[in-house]
Amino acid sequence: MDNILSIVTFVPALAAAILAVFLRGDDEAAQRNAKWVALFATSVTFLVSLGIYAQFDPSNTGFQFVEEGEWLMGLKYKMGVDGISVLFVLLTTFIMPLTILASWNVTTRVKEYMIAFLLLETLMLGVFMALDLVLFYLFFEAGLIPMFLIIGIWGGKDRIYASFKFFLYTFLGSVLMLVAMVAMYADAGTTDIETLLTHQFASGTLNVLGVQVIGGMQTLMFLAFFASFAVKMPMWPVHTWLPDAHVQAPTAGSVVLAAILLKMGGYGFLRFSLPMFPVGADVMTPLVLWMSAIAVVYTSLVALVQEDMKKLIAYSSVAHMGFVTMGIFAANQQGVDGAIFQMLSHGFISAALFLCVGVIYDRMHTRDIDAYGGLVVRMPAYALVFMLFTMANVGLPGTSGFVGEFLTLMGTFQKNTWVTAVAATGVIFSAGYALWLYRRVVFGDLIKESLKTITDMSTRERVVFAPLIVMTLLLGVYPSLITDIIGPSTAALVSNFDTALAAAEAATQIASH
Amino acid sequence: MISTDLTIILPEIVLAVYAMLALVVAVYTKKDGLAGALIWTTAALMVVLAGWIATGAGGTNLAFGGMFVDDGFSRFAKVAILLSAACVLVMSQEYMARRDFLRFEYPLLVALSAVGMMMMVSAGDLMSLYMGLELQSLALYVVAAMRRDSVRSTEAGLKYFVLGALSSGLLLYGASLVYGFSGTTLFSGIIQTTQHGEVSLGLLFGLIFLISGLAFKVSAVPFHMWTPDVYEGSPTPVTAFFATAPKVAAMGLFARVLHDAFGGAVADWQQVIVLLSVMSMFLGAVAAIGQHDIKRLMAYSSIAHMGYALIGLAAGTEAGVKAMLMYMAIYVTMNVGTFAFILMMERDGQPVTNIDALRQYAKREPGKALAVLILMFSLAGVPPMLGFFAKLGVWQAGVQAGLIWLVVASAVASAIGAFYYLRIVFYMYFGEDTDSQLDSNNSPVLWGALMASAALMLIGVFYQFGVEGAAAAAAATLVN
Repeated sequence: MDNILSIVTFVPALAAAILAVFLRGDDEAAQRNAKWVALFATSVTFLVSLGIYAQFDPSNTGFQFVEEGEWLMGLKYKMGVDGISVLFVLLTTFIMPLTILASWNVTTRVKEYMIAFLLLETLMLGVFMALDLVLFYLFFEAGLIPMFLIIGIWGGKDRIYASFKFFLYTFLGSVLMLVAMVAMYADAGTTDIETLLTHQFASGTLNVLGVQVIGGMQTLMFLAFFASFAVKMPMWPVHTWLPDAHVQAPTAGSVVLAAILLKMGGYGFLRFSLPMFPVGADVMTPLVLWMSAIAVVYTSLVALVQEDMKKLIAYSSVAHMGFVTMGIFAANQQGVDGAIFQMLSHGFISAALFLCVGVIYDRMHTRDIDAYGGLVVRMPAYALVFMLFTMANVGLPGTSGFVGEFLTLMGTFQKNTWVTAVAATGVIFSAGYALWLYRRVVFGDLIKESLKTITDMSTRERVVFAPLIVMTLLLGVYPSLITDIIGPSTAALVSNFDTALAAAEAATQIASH
Repeated sequence: MISTDLTIILPEIVLAVYAMLALVVAVYTKKDGLAGALIWTTAALMVVLAGWIATGAGGTNLAFGGMFVDDGFSRFAKVAILLSAACVLVMSQEYMARRDFLRFEYPLLVALSAVGMMMMVSAGDLMSLYMGLELQSLALYVVAAMRRDSVRSTEAGLKYFVLGALSSGLLLYGASLVYGFSGTTLFSGIIQTTQHGEVSLGLLFGLIFLISGLAFKVSAVPFHMWTPDVYEGSPTPVTAFFATAPKVAAMGLFARVLHDAFGGAVADWQQVIVLLSVMSMFLGAVAAIGQHDIKRLMAYSSIAHMGYALIGLAAGTEAGVKAMLMYMAIYVTMNVGTFAFILMMERDGQPVTNIDALRQYAKREPGKALAVLILMFSLAGVPPMLGFFAKLGVWQAGVQAGLIWLVVASAVASAIGAFYYLRIVFYMYFGEDTDSQLDSNNSPVLWGALMASAALMLIGVFYQFGVEGAAAAAAATLVN
């Protein structure tokens, strides 16, 4: 199959179109059909995407499965994956069937709900595969529309505020990135990412409005991309949209947001910021590292005082993404490997944690921590699952959470000891808030009247959690499953980065002599 | 000699003669009873003329000693003008008939103003420029006041007339200065005086006045004050017309004057256009946030969109003109669809323009709501809709011309402006239910226009029906 990437990307969109055109009515049968079509389409997508995994050659650090075609305005339709992106594609196709299964209880506008999720899957997959700047931007930005609708239509009480905040926050960041993309096109004469990866952007010091910008054009472009990816990531201090969006989004929306959408920021840093603007990235590295360290500590402390379970997990996500940015900007093999590992593992763990909240929210319709307590009495299976993912979130050795945190800390330690020391305290805090949450929800006496009739997980819910449990433990004890695939690509990324920096340094020295 | 001139200007003559003949016929026969038929024949004639112009002979032809230019650029603009005018005419028929103000003058005035617009984009001389502009404007003043029994409509007409006359005065004054300092009214003559080195102060003065007058016509800030009031006060079909064809004509004329007459002095007018553009984008984005009347909102939206289109003009390059033409073509398509929807908004047979009335519209009319959603995201410039590619085009031209700060400013403005388009989506999809719901208007024409426009926003991403190539060719003939 020459165009397996396009097939994987557009199968969900095709299913969405079929639903939109052929499914009529809003009775129970139509709702059931919508769910089954969506589940079938996402499952097929996952199975086909396994073909990518099977045929992927890790030792090749270039792009594979490349497809190319003419598009409008001199742009190209170009797709491809390398070691950095291929696992994000798989993560996406893996998570989507689970989110559909997790939304089986949705009753309002089911057809539209499924269409929104299917379209979202297409757009997210496109982000990880696009090899043309504008194509990337198109997928990146268009994903806002279904997510805006998912939060706005199926969200909680303050969904309107949250959906607007989500949209405008990310939109502002992204249009600045688009300007930088246009400037890149003007400079390099192409929007082809593969070519741009080898293009040297000017890095001589520039004077912008009276301010000397070290790294010149590269730094400016880095900042424009940073505006978009840092919001998406999200990094402190532009993370404030995330808790709102998470709390108000329906469970499946939170899962997609945490497991996949947040990864676009990290992926963007690895695909654009580091390799294309090495000098700019190097100039900004201290700032980014400290922002990450602050994010880890600050958001962990904020998580400690949350009363709302989803908000707590949202802040914990921000803290974990702090490790990711730290690892990326350490710009060495351990750091980058760890960052990708952490993103993938966070994809499984945070998805599972939001699903855990969803399980009891479906029963009690509240996310207040105070409303629970002693769940272990009536829900032993739930208590076990929740325990596993709490531990994974804390970073217990044997779970995937540990590997990512350890690698990123190790990578950063070689770059900046103090940042690492500060960030390492975040590991302790995360144990604090996660275990305390667990203690308050699951242990204690079951004294609340309303909880006395609560039922344990249904078969459907167990089916949803099973693959996530398997992945979390498997990656915990056998991390090479990931590092073998990403290793060669990240090694190439790091060595290219170092070479480019050395070359730029030599150039400035020659210029100053 | 004169016969070749007449062949070149034949489409305009046909339309003008048709309008005058139809006027006489209607006056002596059934008067308003003929209005419905006249709307359809006028629209059909416009479509035929557009087809004729689009498929006709290429090349650049001058008529009347260069006063009238028929080239790729004018043909592109004329096709856009005629097609959008035809769409709007057809869309207005049912709305006006049901509200009892369908007069036979309406299609004929629109036809006459279309003749004026065709003159404008073909102008090769300050005289023909003014002739076209006034023909267009006078017809528009009258249609703005179409509802003689409505205070707001007459007020809109009067306001438009007074301010329009003022801008015409500015323009004429500028034209006289330009004539005085260059010794000719022909664009081809003016450009020769600007091509070598210095532009004299008097000529610069004239240029600024000319730009002011033209900025009024495209409603760029700070010459935009009439727009919200006129949009709100005029009957909705007339507003739809204002938002489409005249904007294309005015932008076309703008480009024509700047490149054909002052192409040698790009640096002199570039900063003026940049300023107009930035102010329009920001005012349009910010002022629309507080609007509840959808027509007023669309007025500010059109101000903002003219700001974006002006980026293409400010670039002063062939790529810029091409991007501007693409922007206008896409903008007009979006507006036709949006106004088709606004024409459908009614309750108990009365037109409603408050966006509050759209609450939960998606539940009752999922198809139409989806189409509006697509149009709104397209207007906001969110990919994958075509509106995004319109913005991308002008930004590319802007960056290539070194106007990076203008592009950054417009990026910020577009993020602010996204808010009010989202608000319409918000009312349709998330709003609380209300008792007073909109009627379901099932006019097939309006429905078709809305759906076609929304579909084009998506189809255009894959296939653009040769519009892009035509725009490129048009830009190449203008800038050389």
